[in-house]
Amino acid sequence: MIIEIGHYALVLALVASLVQSVFPVWGALRHDQRMMAVAPPLANAQFVLVLIAFAALTHAYLTSDFSVLNVIENSHSDKPLIYKISGVWGNHEGSILLWVLILVLFGALVSMFSRNLPQQLRAATLGAQGWVSFAFLVFVVFSSNPFLRVAQPPMEGRDLNPMLQDIGLAIHPPLLYVGYVGFSIVFSFAIAALIIGRIDAAWARWVRPWVLVSWVFLTLGIAMGSYWAYYELGWGGWWFWDPVENASFMPWLTGTALLHSAIVMEKRDALKVWTIFLALLTFSLSLLGTFLVRSGVLTSVHAFAVDPERGLFILGILMVFVGGSLSIFAWRAPLLKQGGLFAPVSREGALVLNNLFLTTATAAVFFGTLYPLVLEAMTGEKISVGPPFFNLTFGPLMVPVLLMMPFGQLLAWKRGDLWGVTQRLALAFGMTLVAMMLLAWFMGGQNILAALGFGISFWVIFGALWEIVDRIKPHKVGWSKAMHRFVGLPRTVFATALGHLGVGLTALGIVTVSAYETETVLTMQPGQTRDVAGYSITYDRTWDQRGPNFVERVAEFTLRQDGMVIDSMYPSKRVYNASGRPMTEAALHTEGFSQIYISMGDNTADGGLVTRVYYKPLITLIWIGALVMSLGGLIALLDRKLHVGAPQPARKSATARARAASTPAE
Amino acid sequence: MRNTVLSALLLVMALWGGPALAVNPDEMLDDPALEQRARDLSAEIRCVVCQNQSIDDSNAQLAKDLRLLVRERLQEGDSDQEVLDYLVERYGEFVLMKPRFAPHTWLLWAGGPLILLVGAAVIFIGLRRRRKQISEGLVPPPLSAKEKQELEDLFKEE
Repeated sequence: MIIEIGHYALVLALVASLVQSVFPVWGALRHDQRMMAVAPPLANAQFVLVLIAFAALTHAYLTSDFSVLNVIENSHSDKPLIYKISGVWGNHEGSILLWVLILVLFGALVSMFSRNLPQQLRAATLGAQGWVSFAFLVFVVFSSNPFLRVAQPPMEGRDLNPMLQDIGLAIHPPLLYVGYVGFSIVFSFAIAALIIGRIDAAWARWVRPWVLVSWVFLTLGIAMGSYWAYYELGWGGWWFWDPVENASFMPWLTGTALLHSAIVMEKRDALKVWTIFLALLTFSLSLLGTFLVRSGVLTSVHAFAVDPERGLFILGILMVFVGGSLSIFAWRAPLLKQGGLFAPVSREGALVLNNLFLTTATAAVFFGTLYPLVLEAMTGEKISVGPPFFNLTFGPLMVPVLLMMPFGQLLAWKRGDLWGVTQRLALAFGMTLVAMMLLAWFMGGQNILAALGFGISFWVIFGALWEIVDRIKPHKVGWSKAMHRFVGLPRTVFATALGHLGVGLTALGIVTVSAYETETVLTMQPGQTRDVAGYSITYDRTWDQRGPNFVERVAEFTLRQDGMVIDSMYPSKRVYNASGRPMTEAALHTEGFSQIYISMGDNTADGGLVTRVYYKPLITLIWIGALVMSLGGLIALLDRKLHVGAPQPARKSATARARAASTPAE
Repeated sequence: MRNTVLSALLLVMALWGGPALAVNPDEMLDDPALEQRARDLSAEIRCVVCQNQSIDDSNAQLAKDLRLLVRERLQEGDSDQEVLDYLVERYGEFVLMKPRFAPHTWLLWAGGPLILLVGAAVIFIGLRRRRKQISEGLVPPPLSAKEKQELEDLFKEE
């Protein structure tokens, strides 16, 4: 019965989305108050209805209701509670339902938190949002329905793919989807601006929080997926340039560009057309990502759906939305007025360059991901595009971006003084040189490229922090006054500093682990000891044990440093009962920012164990950097009413102006 | 009880009969320099039956065979390029993780740089047009430093 209620609610939501797609936009075009007024209640109703549907499906998983096909295929009564819950979205139908749930949640949030928007813009935005939710609800109801029952329920389910039975992958999809789907709101805002034909700095102010929320979650989702792959796949890689990873990375790159161009638009009323284009592009890439992952066009762990009908359906949605939005853009964008002027050397100029490189980087990833698919479809020729291609095409584009970051932070709006900024950065540059040489020496490095990589990373790190020092000037005004200034700094300054600091930390982790990781593969006998990166690692024994829904073989290793035992590590290999699929579980020991990673191989005939020991110097910085970036985004979000990230000589009046400018919006 | 037996059986099957995980010690060459070359080369060769894995990472039987093949060729004195050519001949270009630069991949390799050039050109032309518009008086020129100061003062007085 509960399942039928969920099913019914889903169909009602579909009807609501249809109404929401038509009347608010019509009303916005004809200035009809009554038609525009239906949008917010419909958006709220859709959220409640889809929530009911989602809750009904979750209930079926929790109670192991094996009369529901979706539950049979993806659950098992022995499964731990958390994986019963995550099993809801660990399959095609459920994950699309989660996608839609987050979509309508964002719609409801817009209807609740944007009472201060002009009515026309609000109605058109929710209308465009209605188009997206209509398309996806049709998809769920007609070709990915999770509520189908079977006539003769089996006693037991077929269990969730063991790879997905992990806490990392339980929370990875929701994080990622909030990021993906959040950009739909930005997309809808852009469509609404194009339909209405008016756009200004206030638009950027309204859109920024949504961009920030989506970006923060996408950052966290990608970092989570990367860490999961690192400890779960068993060979210690953290990024594979897999099409599925690229699918989430492309909207992240354009989303990052959007975040920056929206600042220019908000502060300087410039780059308006470009910002609109980026908004459309980012959500288009999110849709492309959904298509790649959900259609089964890639054969990879994520692509569970092998039914080509579904693939064609999402491809249809993708083409309608990308083609449609680009057509509207081509038709309406020329009407938008160009705004503020700026000199090439200025903060705007730096942000334009940032956008150029980020967009190009996106294009490089886009070509690498889609080219083999298109080539095969067109000519039947099969080629592979793997990490070596991406490292070669993507990597070099990041170097100028990183080098420019500290300059961009300090340059003034409109017309900057590059030489002046260079002088102000002299001390940060000196610190960079010292840190670079220290680290290169510590790593025992003859590796020039790695040293340069250290230099670039430290440059970003010190450059990011330097902006704060430069603003409070402790060397000029004394520490107590500087502390006072520090407390009074706008939060956006911290947001920028943390965002850039995070990028620097991630870069440092990537450079260090790429240049200096070591791998030791050997067969160990019980009691045997091997020295790796200053640790002695002893293999003690193995034993078998049972988990809730798997059996596993566990090995015990003792980690010693200077003869002292510092840790015991237990890598294991599991076999899941229902599916019979094997999984490896690596063991990690973290020391500072570096990790020792042990992965267990096969037993050999003479009683030995094939063991893989990796030393991963500074690897955790890769994910810590992502966390710091997200924190920066979060802080920017808390401070969205203030002006963003600009060094203003007369800050007080600037803030006053900001307040005056934002009054109509409140 | 039945369950226990079943589990034990599964464990035996999976742990003893299962595939080996990536490079195994028994595959490795004695010469460390040659072994390193084999590892580097392996990272550029796709395990053709796997999902986007190199033979260095994969635990499939085919990947193991290819790893052994690569080492065999290297021991016989092949250069890296000769090994790759040999594999392409047997398995097609699909085996290369880094596609060759040839007519059918020109767009792939040139796509990114092309976008960069076009983008830079658009920005450059846009800037020049703006400057021209200013010099022809179509658009008011930006404020001078003095005017800016005056404006700031006005705001301060408010």
